[in-house]
Amino acid sequence: MFLSNDVQGNTEMLERHIVQPADADHPTILSTEDLHVYYGKKEAISEGDLRFASNQITALIGPSGSGKSTFLRSLNRMNDRIATVTGRIMYRGVDINQPSIDVYEMRRRVGMVFQRPNPFAKSIYDNIAFALRLRGTTDKHELDEIVETSLKQAALWNQVKDDLNKSALALSGGQAQRLCIARAIAVKPDILLLDEPASALDPVSTSQLEDTLLELKQNYSIIIVTHNMQQAGRISEYTAFFNQGRVLEYDTTSHIFTNPQVQITSDYVSGNFG
Amino acid sequence: MMNPKTQNKVAIGTLYGVAGLVVLILLALLGYILVSGLPQLSWHFLTAPAKAFLKGGGVGVQLYNSFYLLILAMLISFPIALGAAIYLYEYAKDNWVTTTIRTAIEILSSLPSVVVGLFGFLFFVVKLRLGFSILSGAFALTFFNLPLLTRSIEDSLRTIDTTQREGGLALGLSRWETVTRVILPAAVPSILTGVILSAGRVFGEAAALIYTAGQSAPALDFTDWNPFNISSPLNPMRPAETLAVHIWKINSEGIMPDAKAISSGSSAVLVLAILLFNFAARYLGKRLYKRLTSA
Repeated sequence: MFLSNDVQGNTEMLERHIVQPADADHPTILSTEDLHVYYGKKEAISEGDLRFASNQITALIGPSGSGKSTFLRSLNRMNDRIATVTGRIMYRGVDINQPSIDVYEMRRRVGMVFQRPNPFAKSIYDNIAFALRLRGTTDKHELDEIVETSLKQAALWNQVKDDLNKSALALSGGQAQRLCIARAIAVKPDILLLDEPASALDPVSTSQLEDTLLELKQNYSIIIVTHNMQQAGRISEYTAFFNQGRVLEYDTTSHIFTNPQVQITSDYVSGNFG
Repeated sequence: MMNPKTQNKVAIGTLYGVAGLVVLILLALLGYILVSGLPQLSWHFLTAPAKAFLKGGGVGVQLYNSFYLLILAMLISFPIALGAAIYLYEYAKDNWVTTTIRTAIEILSSLPSVVVGLFGFLFFVVKLRLGFSILSGAFALTFFNLPLLTRSIEDSLRTIDTTQREGGLALGLSRWETVTRVILPAAVPSILTGVILSAGRVFGEAAALIYTAGQSAPALDFTDWNPFNISSPLNPMRPAETLAVHIWKINSEGIMPDAKAISSGSSAVLVLAILLFNFAARYLGKRLYKRLTSA
């Protein structure tokens, strides 16, 4: 990996600046150690050691192709068949990046919401309930209750409570994305990974989604990839800046946006490139 | 040098001409079959057994045989094709093994059906001693049907977006659960359409059956449903001439006085049945898709 000359030439700016979160109220819930990701022989992530605080929102920002989505998808091993991930991903003291881990069980603790809303071709109710039924929750009352709570948490309940048996494919983009969030939290994860969840949504839906996320952080630790600087600024406590497969800067969001220590970060958040 | 506008007009004119010619040929064929065949149709024709030397025979047994063979062939080939398609699209990595399998499937799908028939004769009829029987015919039809059915199911799976698979996996479902609970239900309408269309092909197949299911249609006793009795319609070990084979046979060696009329009538029945399959495929596919998407 290289840095452009003007950055190396600037003596006041640092090449990397990493401040891991240290807040006793929000202990580390997930961390990566010595993480490398390869697509074939090409290295996509070379330096990406981060600690994530519990019940906080951490934003991953950076230009296209910087590796932020690859990094996020490695955290719950969605890259398993696509890329080679080496190093440790520590979740509550356990390295989840090892073959002996039950990856399906792990993904119930570390849930994920994707860029494009992907509701299943089922009813709204079944979108949420069917994964629970598969794991042995068959009691109708219990299922009803989980469906209701999840939809309420995702701020969708009031809009769909009379249409629970209608197809989820008829929902609007914003509603569908919130259904996907409801579906993800219904299995009661600890951590919620979101990969540009608002990039396919209009401004109103985006703002509703952000409100939802701010509500959710009381119960979940959230890591979100976003292209939208304002979004990162509005909702996150911590921000990591990715460039060319490396985390160049990691700090509280206010520091990253008001007082970046690395030239490229500064250029990026002020809109000079990216 | 023509200017682009004239060039465009000439191109469109040519394309219209070619398309029109195709439609004309198809309509002429279909029209001829229906015009000469429809007047022969009657309840008696559809239900009566065939007569070898006298006029007034029907195609009841052949029609029944065609459906029975079709159902058996589908029962055997569908699970195999489904499994192969799921393996190829959902599990297998793209490497030389899958490339080889796909190439083999493509070659098999263009195999002349008479070759399939002769293979079936040597292998099922002679080697496995199944004789000229519905079972031999069903196996031969399975070989005939598998490549196209596998491809069509694989194509159906391909139409389901990758994000659906990721959605399932992200909820902690295994790959198998994702395929069976998320992907297959979503692909059902399109798979069903493929199955019915391939059923039409199988229904009209003659060459693969001449040497496997045989060219004779022993009288059936439709009150006897014990599959071990020789005259039972369910007996899979009896020889069974189908409608398509019947048409071929009458035209090559039919000696009944009304051979031409019977052949025309049978052709009309065959064409109508296949038309019915096609309409059913479209209707059911649409209906299922609606049910799944907008409840």
